[in-house]
Amino acid sequence: MKLVTPKKVLTVSILLGILLILVMLVSITMGSVKVPPMRSIRILFQSILGLKGAGSETERTIILSLRLPRAILAGFVGAGLSVAGATFQALLRNPLADPYILGVSSGAAVGAIIAILLGLSTSSLGLPLASFLGALLTILVVFYFGRQDRKIHPNTLLLAGVIIGSFLSALIMFFISVSQKEELHTIIFWLMGDFSFSSGRAILVIFPYVLLGVILLYLRSRHLNLILSGEENAIQLGVDVERLKLVSYLSASLITAASVSVCGLIGFVGLIIPHSVRLIFGPDHRLLIPSAALVGASFLIASDTFARTILAPTELPVGVITAAFGGPFFIYLLKTRKVIKTL
Amino acid sequence: MIEVHSVSFRYHEDWVLQDASFRVEKGEFVGVIGPNGSGKTTLLKILYRLLSPQKGEILFELVPIKKMGRTDIAKRIAVVAQETHLLFPFSVFETVLMGRSPYLGPLMFESEKDLEISKKAMEWTNVLSFSERPMDELSGGERKRVFIARALAQEPEVILLDEPTTNLDIHHQMDFLDLILTLNRERGLTIVMASHDMNIASEFCDRLILLQEGKIYKMGTPEEVITKENIEKVYGCEVWVDQNPFSGMPRINLFKKGVPER
Repeated sequence: MKLVTPKKVLTVSILLGILLILVMLVSITMGSVKVPPMRSIRILFQSILGLKGAGSETERTIILSLRLPRAILAGFVGAGLSVAGATFQALLRNPLADPYILGVSSGAAVGAIIAILLGLSTSSLGLPLASFLGALLTILVVFYFGRQDRKIHPNTLLLAGVIIGSFLSALIMFFISVSQKEELHTIIFWLMGDFSFSSGRAILVIFPYVLLGVILLYLRSRHLNLILSGEENAIQLGVDVERLKLVSYLSASLITAASVSVCGLIGFVGLIIPHSVRLIFGPDHRLLIPSAALVGASFLIASDTFARTILAPTELPVGVITAAFGGPFFIYLLKTRKVIKTL
Repeated sequence: MIEVHSVSFRYHEDWVLQDASFRVEKGEFVGVIGPNGSGKTTLLKILYRLLSPQKGEILFELVPIKKMGRTDIAKRIAVVAQETHLLFPFSVFETVLMGRSPYLGPLMFESEKDLEISKKAMEWTNVLSFSERPMDELSGGERKRVFIARALAQEPEVILLDEPTTNLDIHHQMDFLDLILTLNRERGLTIVMASHDMNIASEFCDRLILLQEGKIYKMGTPEEVITKENIEKVYGCEVWVDQNPFSGMPRINLFKKGVPER
């Protein structure tokens, strides 16, 4: 039987966890400054064990203070966006849904651009804080319009989100058109998604949201299965759907807000990772959520490693890499229609 | 088992159901019939509290249904509604297992017992042989049987059916209704079925409720409800009612009227 059992979830999670660790190890050995791979790994393990031995001071700084935090950050963002995407696809019952569909990203962008124009982006907390506030405000406004008679209507929510998102995009265009050349570069990199802004401290900002959000959503994964076939269907099977919709909307939105606030708009991860994982492991959220988190984390770490090494010492925005790989892959999925028969 | 006391419901301005009162006894097979928009589906939705009426009260075994929890209702009342659209198709077995949902605690995974109950339900409805297949590759008749299996996995006391035979050919209609009748007679399951097909309702149901514009026009045995007068009054078209020569139940015949000669 191909049913999802605790054993299967555990096995798959362990295997994907090993993959994630391998990707991280490869990631810290690569970069514009050459540190021999074995030495990089030795530096990492010795520091985990509290020893100091291998490598020079500079090498240790590069591995432990630059590459490792960045890989961890990319991992959290990749995991968060993938789980948020899977949740929005179920909540809105729309295979095209991604974490940005309800305008959270545009709100974050407006916040970030205002911070950049005001010159706040030089402090390490100014930019993430401003974009998080922008995202938060958008979440509340969309929620306000998507809720009537104390019920969330997914279609109304979707329309409200898309329209508010377009309005905010107009604001973004306006800001871009009036901004100076130096600011423009920062803004465009932010809009394409980029880890080079973020400091190691950003991990502390994003970590609680992603961890808590993913756990909350995982605890509702069985109910997310039921709502895939419609709200009435879920109610017939005893689900408190209003609570489910509320918790999943807020968790997925907050995960998205925290993710974009540290690294800008990284596209496609939240769309293609859930679909690819569904293709391999099936639509059951009890397996889908943990595997999407782990695959998403691995994918984004790998993409970011590419982004900073492929044209080294120049760094590309990671969004360029995810879209360059993600776009064609998604078209391939659409063409083969293995998962998305309803489109 | 179910008592409906002067229930009225409206979505917006107009009342969709008005002052409806009736009882459903344990083990009964009750049909709800009436023209389009007469409130059949709304009535079923009120019975399992998908909708809450503005006036009146529903008792389930003497307990007001609005005081029962969602999972409580799902353990006692199963619903087989019109086809739902599947976004990402689950397999037959996974779909039937979803019927165990109201019994699953925060542990979230099905136990051996849940698997056993679901397998039995699939045996009953004859879907076990294709339990691995995805739902979107099944025919309409097969899908209907899977949803009945899911309903049985809920181990309910009542099954509500909303237009269960629409989109099925006569062979599958008969298979399906025989299955329902068996569940009703052999397992004592109470059945409430909303149907457009009055001949089927007449043939299979113990009692019928005829709705007209949200009001109960007539309630009783098929012989009492399906008469020329009642049907012509409620549906506003001429019919001829006779007896099914095989079962003796009332039968509605349609005919063309006053059409010019060719």
